[in-house]
Amino acid sequence: MKALQKINSRFVPLPIENVDTDQIIPARFLKATTRDGFGKNLFRDWRYENNDESKPKADFVLNQTQYSGEILVAGKNFGCGSSREHAAWSILDYGFFAVVSSFFADIFKNNALNNGVLPVTVSEGFLQKIFQQGNESTLSIDVAAQTITIDATGDTENFELNPYKKTCLLNGYDDIDFLLSKRETIAQFEKEKV
Amino acid sequence: MGKTLFDKIWDKHVVEKIQDGPSVVYIDNHFIHEVTSPQAFKGIEQRGEQLFRPKQTVATADHNVPTLNQHLPIKDELSRMQVEQLINNCEKHGVELYGLGHPYQGIVHVIGPELGITQPGMTIVCGDSHTSTHGAFGTIAFGIGTSEVEMVFASQCVLQTKPKTMRINIEGALNKGVVSKDIILYIIAKISASGATGYFVEYAGSTIRALSMEARMTICNMSIEMGARGGMIAPDEITYSYMKGRAYAPKGGEWDKKKAQWEQLYTDADAQFDMEININAADIQPMITYGTNPGLGIAVNAHIPVVQSITEEGEKKTIEKALQYMGLESGQSLIGMPIQHVFIGSCTNSRIEDLREVAALVKGKKKSDKVQVMIVPGSQQVAKQVNAEGLDRIFAEAGFQIRQAGCSACLGMNEDKIPAGEYCISTSNRNFEGRQGAGARTLLASPLTAAAAALTGVVTDVREIM
Repeated sequence: MKALQKINSRFVPLPIENVDTDQIIPARFLKATTRDGFGKNLFRDWRYENNDESKPKADFVLNQTQYSGEILVAGKNFGCGSSREHAAWSILDYGFFAVVSSFFADIFKNNALNNGVLPVTVSEGFLQKIFQQGNESTLSIDVAAQTITIDATGDTENFELNPYKKTCLLNGYDDIDFLLSKRETIAQFEKEKV
Repeated sequence: MGKTLFDKIWDKHVVEKIQDGPSVVYIDNHFIHEVTSPQAFKGIEQRGEQLFRPKQTVATADHNVPTLNQHLPIKDELSRMQVEQLINNCEKHGVELYGLGHPYQGIVHVIGPELGITQPGMTIVCGDSHTSTHGAFGTIAFGIGTSEVEMVFASQCVLQTKPKTMRINIEGALNKGVVSKDIILYIIAKISASGATGYFVEYAGSTIRALSMEARMTICNMSIEMGARGGMIAPDEITYSYMKGRAYAPKGGEWDKKKAQWEQLYTDADAQFDMEININAADIQPMITYGTNPGLGIAVNAHIPVVQSITEEGEKKTIEKALQYMGLESGQSLIGMPIQHVFIGSCTNSRIEDLREVAALVKGKKKSDKVQVMIVPGSQQVAKQVNAEGLDRIFAEAGFQIRQAGCSACLGMNEDKIPAGEYCISTSNRNFEGRQGAGARTLLASPLTAAAAALTGVVTDVREIM
């Protein structure tokens, strides 16, 4: 996992609530056996007419060239539905390093953090303020300080981040290395467990 | 102060609590399938490690399998490769696989309980959000991502932050035509698709106590559809009589010893929950969804909400977008609306009891010739039982197509899909845009309501034909 400390970038607005993982990456694209290349199918059925890459839907934000950046900003309950980690992989592969919303589904949040994609939970009011910004506007996210700022207005909000996960993110540490180092303790636990 | 059922099991499985961080939680049983495991096997291999406890993982192939001609090679190349990779990975790493052709093969959340692998007091995970199904046996069971599958491979543990607890009490007798699917669709409609996010839910009350294990599994299965980490029900005699004699269930003296332990698995009278919800069973009618998340459900004979009357802006936009996708109108009744497909199957409703209910309703009747009906048993064992009980003849006479075990048309991943723009009454768990195939329009309902529509060709209140 790559370390993530600060992001300063324009953002892509997706003011839709309950964006489920079937929209993020439809099941028919889950047949790969590696983690790579999912970005091209991110939001596939919202992005293209009749599944045809030569027919981008003009009203979908990923097809609107005035919007770009490393941050996706979406309505509440982002990532609900299936546990497919492919959703986090497709977001990362597309080039987003953070998703901002007022509410995240649990499994998606874990999956994102396990891949170095930062889920930033903000208040509904702050989220609406971001949506009101123009397409040139930028956001600054500071992982260590746990803050997100709308650069043009100076509005800042703190976000929650588990201290353990924060350390992992800042240093690019990975839970699996941590758990491998615990094998002896776990074996001992197994012996004592009835 | 007393403990909740959740706390009793959680506390027994915490290896250690990381300061200011999650807990290292020990996992008793791990299920895997072909879609969310290949990258985890690859990951563990790239680290040069072996699986820590391969005997505590059981695999099956379900998401990608065809449900016709399973004896032939899978036609879709990518699906075939994924299933073959599962076979290779299981062989290489010493994991028990109930793959295609095996008498135990089936949907992962159907076979675990049916084989007696799922037992009260366990922690169970799988790279699949409907792992919550196993909670019906008084387990802590939840879906995980592929990185977490790799964590279990590496250490038989996952890192988890302790969720908050919620209890949903349901009291009283169920109305005519109402089954457990209606209970859970009613709850999700009431508290919304995100109403239980951050919580682990215990279902309790006299209504739940009276339900069979199959019915309890349907309820726990859909806990994730309201955002819950998982759902659970305390075990009781109904649980034990379901389990006794199953392949992996304890035998003889070991059974008695285990049963004595399981009998301690209940929420103490003075235990506290972070949230409690009380529901009167008499308020629940047969349910159906009209929208594109499972929280957008109504009683089958009610009307879709009038969009203009919704004050919350986000909710209004969600429903407008859903109605546009579904081709439905604000304020409309669904009764009498033509449908083109009926899908009876999935980890929510493909167990023998579901299929018996359907058979009892359609016995001696014929489906509407305007509808295609797929009935997909959840496992090879369910399929065998269907034949043993003669249900296959009832379905065949009704014009229903019986297929072979798998996830089938629940998720638009294998060959079974609903064409764009067409309506399907489905006993599965998700009505998301494109879930059953790009452009497909899903109405979630119980097996009874689905079977009623199969007979009439239109959305029907099952009580009128019972």
